[in-house]
Amino acid sequence: MINSQNIVARSATTLPAPHVRDNVVEVAKLIDVSKCIGCKACQVACMEWNDLRDEVGECHGVYDNPMDLTAESWTVMRFSEVETDAVGGADVSKEKELSWLIRKDGCMHCAEPGCLKACPAPGAIVQYANGIVDFDSNNCIGCGYCITGCPFNIPRISEKDSKSYKCTLCSDRVTNGLEPACVKACPTNCIEFGSKKDMLARADKRVNDLKERGYEKAGIYDPAGVGGTHVMYVLHHNDEPGLYHGLPKDPRISPVVGAWKGITKPIMSAILGITAFAGFFHYITKGPKEEPTDEEVFGEGDDHHRVSREEEHRS
Amino acid sequence: MNFKKQKTMLRYGPGTRANHWAMAGAFILLTLSGLAFFHPPFFFLSNTLGGPVWSRVLHPFIGVVLFVLFVIIAVRQLKYNLLMKNDVQWMRQMGDVLNNRDEKLPPIGKYNPGQKLVYWALILCIPVLLITGVIMWRPWFAGFFPIPLIRVASLVHALAAFIGIATIIVHVYAAIWVKGSIKAMTRGRVTHAWAKHHHPLWYEQEMEKPSQRAGGESAQELDAPPHHGARNDGRTSG
Repeated sequence: MINSQNIVARSATTLPAPHVRDNVVEVAKLIDVSKCIGCKACQVACMEWNDLRDEVGECHGVYDNPMDLTAESWTVMRFSEVETDAVGGADVSKEKELSWLIRKDGCMHCAEPGCLKACPAPGAIVQYANGIVDFDSNNCIGCGYCITGCPFNIPRISEKDSKSYKCTLCSDRVTNGLEPACVKACPTNCIEFGSKKDMLARADKRVNDLKERGYEKAGIYDPAGVGGTHVMYVLHHNDEPGLYHGLPKDPRISPVVGAWKGITKPIMSAILGITAFAGFFHYITKGPKEEPTDEEVFGEGDDHHRVSREEEHRS
Repeated sequence: MNFKKQKTMLRYGPGTRANHWAMAGAFILLTLSGLAFFHPPFFFLSNTLGGPVWSRVLHPFIGVVLFVLFVIIAVRQLKYNLLMKNDVQWMRQMGDVLNNRDEKLPPIGKYNPGQKLVYWALILCIPVLLITGVIMWRPWFAGFFPIPLIRVASLVHALAAFIGIATIIVHVYAAIWVKGSIKAMTRGRVTHAWAKHHHPLWYEQEMEKPSQRAGGESAQELDAPPHHGARNDGRTSG
């Protein structure tokens, strides 16, 4: 794994990761859903750059292809046909209109990644100073805890090697000053890449455009529940992100995962340790229950032992 | 070992002993590999099963083995682990138990209430560990369950394992603390004195059986039929 920038978080690691390289700019990919035409050039660019060739699937009668993210399809276009409030002003008589919402799905590169919190394998998941959350498959043990931890249902375990995979935000390209492959391939500039600051400014401008066009609820999807993301959307219906194939409205690391991979670890470990030490010190202070002798149990004059021998001889 | 001088009686037959130690081995492997996934400071323990990936692969299979073994032993020991009259009084006198003032304790059966607590704690934990473990089991089963359920299963699995491990720590310490107990599980036999001292009601019951009253001296005799000639033969050669 290339390590040319600070690692701000490393899975299953309690001490700080290497971080002497400062002054790294936080990056972000901005996906303006309102500009997407659903061409899937990003999907093709992704498989091309990452040398992925997923199994050829079947047509399910919808545009989604493949139907879901897989270990070899790290990004997929999600097509949703939904009814939304009509946009366009007084000349539109109907209240509702049909919207075809197309969202490029993939890893959001959370500032607080649930996958990294849940991962038990040291160094299998790292978060770079530029915000990219990357899987080092070499350290992956295939337990799937990243799937359990992820609020967006992104990682997938490969059937070929039982390792977990997801979008790397083309960390290898970004490290070398290139934009991610999907960004380079996008024909409508729906996907853009740059510093998070620049992308937020650009998104802001775009949201204002959409609002002028009548999309009053347009907004930036950069959910605070996961500390913000390094993949952001511009949504025309930011009040209802669920319309975009179930994009969660307020994603956060589940409190169940938080409990599982948080406070329980030190507390339960400590109690187990204390239990073992308590036993040791009980033995040292109180001593064992020595094995009782016949005299102690049956009395000095007891013929328990002798009679038994006679019984045995008789038999 | 006082076996040469004291009369002994059967406490655990060969089947139960084999089952117990197979379970003990499985439990240790499960604990080591499980702790490795639970908390980073324990990650090095994953080497006991041949590395972290092997731990991930083997842990659930060993868990199924443990469950099957546990069901067998749990069914066979159930009747001895039901609550009895003196159990509550015995528990009230936990101070006497811990301070080794055994003579003050009321008479109890084959298992004391502490042992029964171990039994019921494991009855609670091990099926929960199996069910939650299957829900988390990748790559075979986890894919069939919704992710929120897997999250709950993961947390409950950790809690149940915690209770189970704590219980087994107590169990192991009790065996070290109460001298004569370990022999019951390694050789199958305890002395009459031990049985009368620690488990008087069980001792009285067992004394109604001629084979137990006679008090053989070695584990080999356990399986011998209660035919006196055969046992005497065994004795002359020993």
